[in-house]
Amino acid sequence: MRERQAFLDVAGREGNSFVVRMPYRRTRDAIVQALLLLATAVAALSLSALTFNIIDQSFGLVLLEERILRESLAVGDRSLEELSQAELVEILRAKLRPNLLQRLESERPLPQRSQAELYALVMDRVVQPKIVRSWSLFESLFGRKAILQELGEPLPPGQRLMWRSWLNPKFVTSPAGADPLRAGVRTAILGSLWLVAIAMALALPLGIGAAIYLEEYATPGRAMRLVELNIGNLAGIPSIIYGMLGLALFVRALQPLTSGALFGMASPAPNGRTVISAGLTLGLLVLPIIIINAQEAIRAVPSSLRLASYALGATKWQTIWHHVLPSALPGILTGSILALARAIGETAPLIVVGAATFITVDPKSPFSPFTALPVQIHQWTTRPQAEFRHLAAAAIIVLLLLLLVLNAAAVLLRARYSRRQLE
Amino acid sequence: MNQTFTLVESSLLMEDNRNGQGAAAIEAKDLCVYYGSFRALRDINLRVERHKVTALIGPSGCGKSTLLRAFNRMNDLIRDCRVEGQVLFAGKNIYDPDVDPVAVRRWIGMVFQKPNPFPKSVYENIAWGARINGYRGKMDELVERSLREAALWDEVKDKLHVNALSLSGGQQQRLCIARVIALRPEIILMDEPTTAIDPLGTAKIEELMRSLAQNYTIIIVTHNMQQAARISDYTAFLFLDRDRAGILVEYGPTAELFTRPRDKRTEDYITGRFG
Repeated sequence: MRERQAFLDVAGREGNSFVVRMPYRRTRDAIVQALLLLATAVAALSLSALTFNIIDQSFGLVLLEERILRESLAVGDRSLEELSQAELVEILRAKLRPNLLQRLESERPLPQRSQAELYALVMDRVVQPKIVRSWSLFESLFGRKAILQELGEPLPPGQRLMWRSWLNPKFVTSPAGADPLRAGVRTAILGSLWLVAIAMALALPLGIGAAIYLEEYATPGRAMRLVELNIGNLAGIPSIIYGMLGLALFVRALQPLTSGALFGMASPAPNGRTVISAGLTLGLLVLPIIIINAQEAIRAVPSSLRLASYALGATKWQTIWHHVLPSALPGILTGSILALARAIGETAPLIVVGAATFITVDPKSPFSPFTALPVQIHQWTTRPQAEFRHLAAAAIIVLLLLLLVLNAAAVLLRARYSRRQLE
Repeated sequence: MNQTFTLVESSLLMEDNRNGQGAAAIEAKDLCVYYGSFRALRDINLRVERHKVTALIGPSGCGKSTLLRAFNRMNDLIRDCRVEGQVLFAGKNIYDPDVDPVAVRRWIGMVFQKPNPFPKSVYENIAWGARINGYRGKMDELVERSLREAALWDEVKDKLHVNALSLSGGQQQRLCIARVIALRPEIILMDEPTTAIDPLGTAKIEELMRSLAQNYTIIIVTHNMQQAARISDYTAFLFLDRDRAGILVEYGPTAELFTRPRDKRTEDYITGRFG
């Protein structure tokens, strides 16, 4: 081996003009490889830190206080939840102040109400659970002893320490509310879905249409370069500027349209701060992304395919519709996924356009006031109470899951289409 | 619409004339083709005989493919490309303003250097062209007949619904030929159709071209002189003039052109003494 190495070195030196410098080049390779590994590690680490932070806040111990312990309301071995309707009525009649009871009875007599309704009423008016303190998952797992010590034994009457998953089925299905124990994200999820649907309904046909025109019809020249340059720039404009545009155009100028007044669907106090205004704003926001990606997908279709079509006596549109678009579709769908992800995560333009910061009514039509998941998250994170931080973390998980579901749907669609083409 | 009818009717007229010998299938008259300000072809006069194989040979860049594309107006798809002079097809100049290039291409089909079947099924590759051109007959029959004519039926009859891209290169090229035949064109233009095909596939395609010549006029661009000699009835030799524009140097029956070339440049080129 040593002889061989010597030979290689000599050969290097005897070649006069060639200096092999093997060890030096090898070292440099190793350094580069280490740096690349480092880059990957930093990226992976920051992503795990993000995930850890979200999960840390979504689960953990809470110190719950109940004015009247729900166990004390149990009858025999049946818990409060399992009690019959009549038994719940009895509890309410026994525990509530007379004037409150009277008011409830006059709204609708208690015996006529369902068991679930009565149970909610008992929880709400009698048990009155409240969160006194909450801890993160990390603190709960590794600092349990310290927590117990700090609280002291025994706990004050009515208080108890328990595990809570802030992300739970009820969280997803309940409307927003002021009580952190019962607030949910249904309103925000529906708002986000409405927004994405409207944004895509606007941006997909416009974006793909513009891309087809630019790639297949427009004659290249200074005018087209200018248009393309502008579209490229639009894709990079800060989203809050789109918010300003949406505010001026959809909310103010087109108010009769966007408030639904023209269709006789306006809310009692008509204004343009509706789902459709925000949806259209997001549509404009993602339009350049869709155009650019669709253009690239169309450009990638081999010209031999177009020539084959033309040579068989096809017109331009027949060529585009039957050959160019089907071949470009997977690429166009990829661009749409990117656009969708962008639209669902945008916050700033929605706030400018006027997403409601507190709303408990589901959006029912394009002309409803609305909130969206990122706006809801933003709003919760700005609250001083710790409980809302947990809610925000749980909402982030919901947002990410929603994004995952929508993306998966688009990816499946793309896979199905590519496969059909290859059959 | 009008132009389409003109061409269809002219083509039917030609059908009656089929027995007449020496009828021109297509004819270039004083044809010049420009790319921007560059003249690629100069004053081409070429009468292509019906139901014969005509080969276009010449060095790279002499405008063989440009001439081929001028015959079915594929040059229209190239930006800055301009044509002067006439190309007479069925008694009509296909560059007249009242002629729709789309209608021209339906009668003058084209096969390319690299096989370019559509990324669809074998069946659909043939049916599509027929469908967009308003074919009203039985599609299954048309597909089978076209594939048989292209000597491909036996190889693909069990995989009509697999993707055409899964066929071999030679099979793909014959599918492209079948796709053109399905439209019953007058002329089939072939731009170096065997360059990307292995020798065995090339042999099959050459054999196919000979048999197709009974019913179709074939114009083929080739770099392979042996191929031109093997399969063509007529050969046109193109060369570059001083301005690097393509000119037609010599045109005649293949046997004659290869054995007794009249022009010195032709002789140099076909004997490989190329300078």
